[in-house]
Order: sequence, then structure tokens, then C-alpha cells
Amino acid sequence: MRRLMCLLACVAVAAAGCEREARRYTELPAAANRSTAVRLTMLQPGSPQPLSNVQSPYQYNAYGLSEGKRLYAAYNCAGCHGLNGGGAIGPALTDDKWIYGSHADQLFSTISQGRPDGMPSFGGHIPDQQIWQLVAYVQSLAGMVSQDAATSRNDDQAAAKPENRIEDARQIQTGHR
Amino acid sequence: MGAPLIQSALHPAGIQAARIEHLWWVMFWVCSVVFVAVVVAMGIAVVRGRGAASSASEATLARSVAIAVGLSIVALLVLLTEGELVGRGVASLREQDPNALRIQITGNQWWWDVQYLNPNPSLIVTTANEIHIPVGRPVGIVLRSNDVIHSLWIPALHGKRDLIPGRVTEIWLQADRAGFYRGQCAEFCGLQHAKMALGVVADLPDDFERWLTQMRSPAPAPTTPSQTRGKDVVERGPCAMCHTVVGTLAGGRTAPDLTHIASRSSIGAGSLPNTRGNLGGWIVDPQHVKPGNHMPAPGLSSEEVQPLLDYLETLK
Repeated sequence: MRRLMCLLACVAVAAAGCEREARRYTELPAAANRSTAVRLTMLQPGSPQPLSNVQSPYQYNAYGLSEGKRLYAAYNCAGCHGLNGGGAIGPALTDDKWIYGSHADQLFSTISQGRPDGMPSFGGHIPDQQIWQLVAYVQSLAGMVSQDAATSRNDDQAAAKPENRIEDARQIQTGHR
Repeated sequence: MGAPLIQSALHPAGIQAARIEHLWWVMFWVCSVVFVAVVVAMGIAVVRGRGAASSASEATLARSVAIAVGLSIVALLVLLTEGELVGRGVASLREQDPNALRIQITGNQWWWDVQYLNPNPSLIVTTANEIHIPVGRPVGIVLRSNDVIHSLWIPALHGKRDLIPGRVTEIWLQADRAGFYRGQCAEFCGLQHAKMALGVVADLPDDFERWLTQMRSPAPAPTTPSQTRGKDVVERGPCAMCHTVVGTLAGGRTAPDLTHIASRSSIGAGSLPNTRGNLGGWIVDPQHVKPGNHMPAPGLSSEEVQPLLDYLETLK
């Protein structure tokens, strides 16, 4: 029995490692449920919808997270949110304040649709796959993804901690829903 | 991709590569002579056996050792002298030549960003993955890198020079014969290191000037409805996020400049010959041709791809 448990544990560890190391170049991740779009009002018909538990398919994937980090600079997210997500003309991404929610589907909608007062809408300009990579990376800035898959330190000096040293996810306030 | 000689250090097409080839042959002959001499000496020793050595006088042995040491020192001096002379020769092109052409090449995973420098910013030419150089004129190439260490190696024209992030390096070369030469990244830089080639076209001076003038022109306006639709796809679709087509709204700076894509001989940094079919295949699924490269499948429909190809073919 103990031997079987050992074996199972080994398989589980190996399987987890596979997910971390997988490099999916072409795959479009399983369509995540985007129906729980951000709400601009607290009023909802019926009882309030529960939070969606959709996650970015790259949450545990080192390659997807590192691609997210590269795209964060390439698509100039850094121009407004700061190179390490510290915030500038746009809001910081490293704290626990999320105007339009911190859940993966909410972040997806924010990047895809854009938001009033400055956030451009990337939908149709970049593939969904890259939006999901950005979602995972943005979550990693606040310590919301697996620490062993998150990107490590920059080549140049940075004032912020590397993403894989940001400790356990804080309890995130999810905006008004 | 044509004859294999386009990427051979033993078929130099320029003065620098000729010097390096000369040094290579000197090393080859010195090492060959030394190798043969050692093998012959060892063969004689084996044939004569132990008896001869024990009967030889101390003086004979000392003389043999002196000859061997002397020959080694001569070989060493020949190599050192040749190395020094070739090194000086290679460095001599560096001296400022007012006539020199200045190019800046920036390494990216996995393509080469090329700028023809000019004090007048409106005359700067941006292209990618294929350079033209004039025959008989020194070319100073400034090398930079945006991500990891790459290395530029055009064996028919010169040795290698690294492209290092955060540093500026430089290489001087000159082509003495017109033709097409292939350069290659020579420092492992990631998954698609092998598919990171640089085409070098050495033109006669007049051809080069004509090419440079052509490169300074913006993209021509589309003339057919299909081309117009193609331009629309470039500007409204995902292409413009990363690529530039001068003269249109597409102004992305993170991927190769497409203003004159149809004038290049290959796509994907030497991955495929530049034909309509290959270009279409590349656009529909770039990850199939060069897995891991930074161009995602743009998700265009076939009604968009054909007009897009019609348009791209006009970008000469």
C-alpha cells in the first residue's frame, strides 16, 4: 500500500512537472467561459452570480508565463502599468486593488474589451492565446500563480521582486460584482 | 538554397575572409607536417625496437631531442607570426574610411533587424534578414542584441562577432566579388537558433545605389480591389501590432519590417524561399514552419489570406 502511494506521488510530481514545462506553440486553449463579464453596476437580476472559477490555461506553465512577460513589454503594457507592474499612468498590478476584478475571466475581458479612461482594447488585434498568457503573467505580478512556474529575475536591475518570489496569493478584492 | 559555396570560409569573397582562409591553410599545413613527422618518427622507433635506443650514445639522444624541440619552436613561431600578421590585416579595415557604409544589425530571437544608418534620419533604411552591400567598399556593421547573445557569421566575408545585449560591438568587412552569401547565427540562442540566417547580397556599386533608393520608398498604393483588401487586412488585422509597412498605418516595431518583403529571397530568416505558397503557409501557421518563433497564428480566414498575399507581393 505504501509502495503504491509512493508510486502515485511520483507520477503526480512528474505530471505536475510536465505541465510546467509544456510548450504549446499552436494550441488555442480551451475556450474559457467569458460570460461573467465585468459589471459596471452592483445591481443584478435574480440572486448575485457566483464567482467564475475559470483559470488561465497558462497558470502553471512556465513557458506561457514567460511569453506573457515578453508580451507585456512588446505590446507596451509596461508603458502605462510600469515595467514590473508597479503602475504609472495606469494602475499598479502588484497590489490588491483591482478596479475591474482579478479573476482570470475578468482580466481577459479587461484586456480584450478595454476599459474606460485609458485601457485599450486588444481583442482582434492579438490572438486569444496571447491574451491568456498576459492574464497569467499579470496574475503572477500579484502572486496569484504557481510560484515554481512564475518568471524569475530580470537580466537588468529591477526594484521589484522577481515574480517567482512574490509569496502566496493575497486575498484579492474582486471589484464590485 | 543554391550552391553550398555561399557559406564556406574556404571560398572567400572578401579581403577579410581571404586573410582568415590564408591563416587556416597555414595552420593546416603546419599541423599536417607536424602530424606526419610525429607519426614517421614513432614508426621508426617501433621498427627499430628497444635495442637500438639502448645502444645509442648519450650525444645522439641529446641531438635528437634538440632537433625535435627546435622544430617545435620554429612551427610555433611560424604560427604566431602568421596569426599576428593576419590579426593586424583584419583590424586594418577598421580605420576610418569616409566612404564606408554603416549598417546596424540588431539580433532578436530569431531574426536580424537591419538599419542602414545615415546622418539624415529620413534616409535611414530599415529592413530585416537580408542585407545588400556594395562590392569593393568597406562596410562597418554595428551589432546589438535585444534579448540574448547572438553571433554574426558570414563565412565567405569574415569571422564571427557576437551580438551582446547591453553592449555595442562592431565588425568591418568588404566583399570583393558580387554574389549571394549566407550568414548564420553562430551562438546558440534558443530553440530556433538554426533557422536564424542572414542573406548577404553583394551588388555592384550602381546596383546597390539603385536598391538603396528603392528601399527608401514607401509601400506602393494598392491598385486592384484585392490588393486594397489585403492592405486593409494588414492595417486592421493582427499584423500591424508587430510589423511595419511604411506608408500605411502598420507601425509595429517588434517584428521584421515588411515594407519591401517581396524583394527578399527568403522568409522566416532563411527558413523558406520567398514564394507565394510558402508565404501563405507561413502566415496561416508560422508555428508549423518554425516552432516557437514569436509570430502567433493570426487566425485569418482564407478570404483574408489570398488578398493579403496579393498585397504583400506588391511590396517590392
